[in-house]
Amino acid sequence: MELEQDLMVSERKKKPLRWHVLVFLAPAVIIYTMIMILPLAETLRFSFFQRDTTTQVISFVGLENYIKLFFDPYWVKPFLNSLWNNCYFFLIHMLVQNPIGVLIAALLSMVHLPGKKFYRTAIFMPTLLSFVVVGFVWKLMLSPLWGVSKGLMKSVGVGSWYLPFLGKEETALTTLSLISVWQFIGIPMMLIYAALLSIPDEVIEAAECDGVTGISQFFKIKLVLILPTIGIISILTFVGNFNAFDLIYTTQGPLAGPNFSTDLLGTILYRTFYGQQLQPGDPNMGAAIATVMFFIILMGVAVYLFFIQRKLTRYEM
Amino acid sequence: MAISRARRNRMAELGAHVILLTFAVIALFPVLLILINSLKTKKAIFRKPLELPTSETLDLVGYSTVLQQGNFPLYFWNSLFVTGASLCLILLFGAMAAFALSEYKFRGNRLMGLYMALGIMIPIRLGTVGILRLMVATDLVNTHWALILVYTAQGLPLAIFILSEFMSIVSSDLKSAGRIDGLSEYSIFLRLVLPLIRPAMATVAVFSMIPIWNDLWFPLVLAPAEHTKTLTLGAQVFVGQYSNNWNAILAAMALAVIPVLILYTLFSRQLIRGLTSGAVK
Amino acid sequence: MKHYLSSGIAASLLLGSASFAFAASELTIESWRNDDLSIWQETILPAFMKAHPEVKIRFSPTAPTQYNAALNAKLEGGTAGDLITCRPFDGSLDLYSKGYLKNLQGMATLDNFPDSAKGAWSTDDGSATFCVPMAAVIHGFIYNKDAFAEVGVEPPKTQAEFIAVLDKIKEDGNYIPMAMGTLDQWESAAMGYQNIGPMYWKGEEGRKAVVAGTGKLTDDGWVKPFEVLASWGPYLGDGYEAQSYPDSQTLFTLGRAAIYPSGSWEIAGFNRDSDFELGAFRPPLPAEGDSCYISDHTDIGIGLNAASSNSEAAMKFLEWMGTKEFAELYSNAVPGFFSLSKHEISLTDPLADEFISWRKDCQSTNRSAAQIVSRGTPNLWNEMWVVSANVINGKQTPADAANQLQKGLSAWYEPQMD
Repeated sequence: MELEQDLMVSERKKKPLRWHVLVFLAPAVIIYTMIMILPLAETLRFSFFQRDTTTQVISFVGLENYIKLFFDPYWVKPFLNSLWNNCYFFLIHMLVQNPIGVLIAALLSMVHLPGKKFYRTAIFMPTLLSFVVVGFVWKLMLSPLWGVSKGLMKSVGVGSWYLPFLGKEETALTTLSLISVWQFIGIPMMLIYAALLSIPDEVIEAAECDGVTGISQFFKIKLVLILPTIGIISILTFVGNFNAFDLIYTTQGPLAGPNFSTDLLGTILYRTFYGQQLQPGDPNMGAAIATVMFFIILMGVAVYLFFIQRKLTRYEM
Repeated sequence: MAISRARRNRMAELGAHVILLTFAVIALFPVLLILINSLKTKKAIFRKPLELPTSETLDLVGYSTVLQQGNFPLYFWNSLFVTGASLCLILLFGAMAAFALSEYKFRGNRLMGLYMALGIMIPIRLGTVGILRLMVATDLVNTHWALILVYTAQGLPLAIFILSEFMSIVSSDLKSAGRIDGLSEYSIFLRLVLPLIRPAMATVAVFSMIPIWNDLWFPLVLAPAEHTKTLTLGAQVFVGQYSNNWNAILAAMALAVIPVLILYTLFSRQLIRGLTSGAVK
Repeated sequence: MKHYLSSGIAASLLLGSASFAFAASELTIESWRNDDLSIWQETILPAFMKAHPEVKIRFSPTAPTQYNAALNAKLEGGTAGDLITCRPFDGSLDLYSKGYLKNLQGMATLDNFPDSAKGAWSTDDGSATFCVPMAAVIHGFIYNKDAFAEVGVEPPKTQAEFIAVLDKIKEDGNYIPMAMGTLDQWESAAMGYQNIGPMYWKGEEGRKAVVAGTGKLTDDGWVKPFEVLASWGPYLGDGYEAQSYPDSQTLFTLGRAAIYPSGSWEIAGFNRDSDFELGAFRPPLPAEGDSCYISDHTDIGIGLNAASSNSEAAMKFLEWMGTKEFAELYSNAVPGFFSLSKHEISLTDPLADEFISWRKDCQSTNRSAAQIVSRGTPNLWNEMWVVSANVINGKQTPADAANQLQKGLSAWYEPQMD
């Protein structure tokens, strides 16, 4: 406190330029600006241009690409479809990933539990795999050809529930969301686990003195204390989900079938930007989609920062 | 009373084991399936996918195909070097910037924070063409440094975002004490703050490492040459090339998975220790 | 501190770039044919380098799904290889009009190819040709001869016979009648619709009518093949909706399925992976006595990167591609990819020979969405993937599917606008 005031005062006194602040910031800002921001800005600038199909001249077209995206039925329909799919994809993550993450972390944080290390390592494992491996192995397991999933379902008596999950419009997106949860569950688990462990002993002791123990202690004390962590996880999941495309691309192909039922913003963007077989790549239109995606994500993050995060009380630990 | 409590505890423990074991099996099963079947003959892969290889069905032809075609030890080294170097840069530069943003009040501080956070929201892949041009201009194409720089830029926003959250709760008494003792700002950062935010650093390391290790896109565009090929790219080539040579694909998958497993078991202790020990108090 | 850090980074950056500097003296061929890597490495390139010892050349394939994206990025960044493998028609025309491919008009090598072959890599007015044609692929059905003998059926000639054969195999129960899945969607369009379709829309005649705007995709000839596809579902394997392209290939090569609707490009892989005798029959005629059309698709060519620093050597390779030596070498090394050159060549693979023999009785045509009509949004070829899969899955009626294609095409293609 005092020091802060000191600093404020000294600032008013026009202390000489504080070089160390520059030194601390410079490397990150330079690398980030040069390699991320400038190329991305260049890409976004594309969205105001279009190539003439006959003369091949690229010229400024203002908002034409955006108007097309929002008002041409052949653009807006796929776009809204992928936006909706993306929301659904995110919803499944939130509904499945967070509760399971909390459950596993809570169990792992039990004081005496032999085999903790094994469980932790095993459940974190899928997170380490690349999309190539994840897409391949799940496609294989769910494939009717290999029959692994069918066989397994039969062995637990639900063989009749087997469906070609990835090939049905009704089930494909849910299946892929769950595969994605399977892949990334390790991250929320680890973060929540760490948050639970760093709850000060005094807090727990105080709760026990008041007779709050066991499950009610967990919900009334611990869960409240780890809410900020769950908040961070949720926002990271949101950003990740709205940028997702690899998993869909490796399992369902560039057209995100069946019948575009697994098309996400990321897949539509990639297809538009780089093209696919006979569809020529259109970086200008792609840039317009990217810009819109950027604002969607920005809005989501803003909602989190200004409405949700404020309500989460932060406890200095 | 005491006995029943002990029993209840034991019941709870058993329940915990059952639940955790279920999740562990779900997590491990697909990976084990790859490993087991990569060791079998093609016929056995299809007839009995769930069986362990026996002396009759054991067949290493997949591995010999893959190892003949690609230099997997080199790919592994490339992946390791690129990931390691990127992580070091992300952690160092990220922590420095996060420290500057959370410690000092200066004009445009909040703006700078927002500026650095932009990168979380937009996939860097969209800037590929610009990045490639930059790398061509600086003659870095087909070098490890092209990848390292891109991954560092990609990892910094999240690192700064998470680290500044943690930096802001490092007690200020400690720092003022340091300043009174005449420590320079650099020493305060290096000697007082960095050790305290180790758990956060470990978190950032995990978050950043995974997408870097598994990335396919930038190795493909920026460094597809044989001497810079990464493991993920190397394995992907096989998936395409042997679209129905199941032995080779499964072996390539296994070869891509095994190093990650080894790495993780090597580092998991540090990771957990970092994540949990010496929580900031 | 600052000094050490920044100079350290600068030094390592310099070191990095110096020690990994890229050797540029070698020609590089960009390609999506990673299946053929060893054939190029071991057969084709050594033959070329024997004739031209002064040129060093390397084949550098990318997985097909990433080829376009990676190639575009590399072309824009100026790091693409000297020789670029060309997809046919608009796939490469776009690269040429953006200035990435050199105009090869006037090169002697092109005289070795008929106009129909060059057409796939020429501008609409024919004034420029930008890739040397390499090969065409022919659609058809490959079948398991042992299975046919076991069940007691003969390769069908007409649609009615075809259905009878499928029924008989299904009844027999030992084999899945047809190996095909709809998960990847393009199988349905390429190996389904484009495979059987030319018989109904009468090959080039129907295709050119649509391009000219005189024919519509809702005409009988374009709806009928969808009706045929709609009847395929019951003959495919259980859960075919989640069956991918490699799954289908494996199903067939393991000997579990009797018929594989596809094309000549599978021959090399099938020869390697299957341990039964392979046969081929052409798409069934709609009715006895109808004339025959086959999809004989100009599929692959090679062009010259306009930014190549080594174009003189690259031209030598392109010239060599027009020789009989290359035609024979390539067609036999990659059976099922048929050289487009005028040279008379002999094929050693019996299955490839069977495919190419159809050219005698049937008229050849290109895939109907390949030229001009896939230039707008919605993209006709993409739409064809989706509706073909929908029709096989029973999610869309043939008439609906044809309507969707026509509506999409007429939304942007002037000759088709009402």
